[in-house]
Amino acid sequence: MSAIQPPAERIWWKQPLDRVEGTWIVIAFAWCLVMFFMMPYWHVYGKQNLSNEAYRSSPEAFLAKAQAMVDKHTVRTVTDQQIPVVHPVPGSDVYLVARLWSFWPVLELEEGQTYRLHIMSTDWLHGFSLQPENINIQIHPGYEHVVTMTPTKEGTYSIICNEYCGINHHTMATKLYVVKPKKG
Amino acid sequence: MAVNRNFRTCPSTGLVYHEPAEKLIRWNAVAGVVSLLVGGVLALLVTLTRWPAVKLLPPDWFYLVLTAHGLDMLVFWIIFFEIAVLYFAASTLLKCRLATPKVAWVAFWLMIVGAITNNIAVFKGDSSVMFTSYVPMGAHPLFYLGLILFAVGALIACFVFFGTLVVGKAEKTYNGSVPLVTFGAVTAAIIAVFTIAAGAIILIPTFLWSVGLVSHIDSLMYRTVWWAFGHSSQQINVAAHVSVWYAIAAIVFGAKPMSEKVSRAAFVLYILFLQLASAHHLLADPGLTSNWKIFNTSYAMYLAVLASMVHGLTVPGAIEVAQRQKGFNKGLFEWLRKAPWGNPCFSGMFMSLIGFGFLGGISGVMMGTEQLNLIIHNTIYVPGHFHATVVVGTTLAFMALTYFLIPTLFRRELMFPGMAKWQTYIYGLGMMGFSVFMMGAGTLGVPRRHWDMAFSGALMPHEFPGTAYLMMGLMAVSGVLATVGGAMYLINTVGSVFFGRKIQTPDFKRVPVREGMAPPPVPAVPAPAGHGTIGMGGFVAPGTFVLAMVFLTSFVLYYFVNWKYLSTVWPLQ
Repeated sequence: MSAIQPPAERIWWKQPLDRVEGTWIVIAFAWCLVMFFMMPYWHVYGKQNLSNEAYRSSPEAFLAKAQAMVDKHTVRTVTDQQIPVVHPVPGSDVYLVARLWSFWPVLELEEGQTYRLHIMSTDWLHGFSLQPENINIQIHPGYEHVVTMTPTKEGTYSIICNEYCGINHHTMATKLYVVKPKKG
Repeated sequence: MAVNRNFRTCPSTGLVYHEPAEKLIRWNAVAGVVSLLVGGVLALLVTLTRWPAVKLLPPDWFYLVLTAHGLDMLVFWIIFFEIAVLYFAASTLLKCRLATPKVAWVAFWLMIVGAITNNIAVFKGDSSVMFTSYVPMGAHPLFYLGLILFAVGALIACFVFFGTLVVGKAEKTYNGSVPLVTFGAVTAAIIAVFTIAAGAIILIPTFLWSVGLVSHIDSLMYRTVWWAFGHSSQQINVAAHVSVWYAIAAIVFGAKPMSEKVSRAAFVLYILFLQLASAHHLLADPGLTSNWKIFNTSYAMYLAVLASMVHGLTVPGAIEVAQRQKGFNKGLFEWLRKAPWGNPCFSGMFMSLIGFGFLGGISGVMMGTEQLNLIIHNTIYVPGHFHATVVVGTTLAFMALTYFLIPTLFRRELMFPGMAKWQTYIYGLGMMGFSVFMMGAGTLGVPRRHWDMAFSGALMPHEFPGTAYLMMGLMAVSGVLATVGGAMYLINTVGSVFFGRKIQTPDFKRVPVREGMAPPPVPAVPAPAGHGTIGMGGFVAPGTFVLAMVFLTSFVLYYFVNWKYLSTVWPLQ
């Protein structure tokens, strides 16, 4: 009679549904449909969708592109290690290299401007976690991911690695500066 | 070759145990509990290290211990116990001899050797690659080899289970269809076969890569296939612990499923759709299209979520119907108030149900929504979610079942019955707090698998707000509480199994049973029209329905709160 015994009725599938079960299935299924359609809806009407644009690349090719950007747009350096701070042209392609255990270079972006941010790892898996916005993206070696991003408010943000990448994982963090657009 | 057909009947429960099956169920359960003991000690070390005020271990030890904790708990404890559940659901519930006990022992020893090999690799110190062992970070070859051996053993055990079903059918040990709990176990075993196949597809090449025979493994391919193994293995747990819920409802209340067809159909939805959920883990990855992500992570339209929501209603609903039929028919909740809250078997199961649904289920759907994943991926919200599903859901359900198994399977009295009453509450509430505070910290961006949220030694550290530190502190306090609850379980089970008072039955002897032992089939009864006059407003289980609506309301609110939060972050395309 119970759930640990064979069903008492040989033709158990003919037992009619209780109203409570039927009602709940209908309600639950309707909610599942709402949740399903929320995702395509947000692609059309929402502003936060992760880009599907990605390219195969190699560490050498990616580093060369990042180096070219650094050579052209470095405005100053930070920390004892003289890490370049790059202020790229709004709307342009921006490169961020993730590697054991740092991000390179440091970016300075303008508020309200849109950038094509290319991120890739040159060794293991890493994480792109923009704080305190809390935007989190996986970084793969060999996959150059192009994310179009629009900073909305000036300030100093952090990018931390949130994919475990070995013993110094906890030191892998950098800054991202967002400044007001230059006048004129 | 003579087949051992010795059975014994448990005097208190009437369950029938086949002698070789009984021994295998015991040993698999014991191996599981030993893994739980090791994993539990490691759990305490992890918690005390992530407690910002304590920070017990140095980073190398932290990552080692975290790797071992994940494997010992999520793989070895749970799968050993699940194999015990499978044998129980086939041999004991069908009153049937276990197929090929010798092969089942081969499976058991393969799993033991695999688990030990894997642990050795981790504790040697050169395999701190986490449970997920993402390439290109490499572990010692023994790490993968241990997992492969364990998986082969588990696969063999699944086939022993299927073989037992065939034996039961052939020898007509039962009439009609298999019990619902056995049906759920079949679901779990089918998902397990898929899971282990996916595991073989990814772990064998990775093993070959670790010994230098394969030159390159693509990181995205690895994550895609690995999660077909990693996430699906959690679906085995879901199917297994839902079966355990039904079993406990039947054992404690004599509850019968509200309708067999709804519960069974929900299990079938698991088989058809759960595997797609592995795509959850790839929502923040490059190189996959949104169409692929939406189709897969919605389990092709959330049909597996629907299945869990159905079980979430039918399990307490079955209890409510059973209680109302016993006369607790007043008002909405008399059935629940008069439930045996002092019986750890019931209290553990009910907390498992609530915690799995409210905390694990809702948070899982958040993480699995393509865009919402952006504000959750790889934060400590993720372990918050899966501690609610796997620990509050699966582990607590298994603990509750243990309190039933000790007298009937091990034939020992519980050593500390008073402690058992409290254990499920301390463990359950500790774990629920642990999960909730992790989710809180994750919402504030605290990363998972991270030794130091203060980034000591970093050139440009990030400063988390004070609330994040508070959340992590509260998480650790709850984690310590849960460890106390876990220790109470271990002391009680190990103590009872080895030193508990033996339950003696006069004139006990094992009975060789003839083939075809089922009583002659009863003439087919016309299908009953329903559940009679219990309940209110045409609902047989109105209390459960109200609980379900409370659940749905929190689900809907929390879902849209998260979309609101997402809409405030930087626009991305």
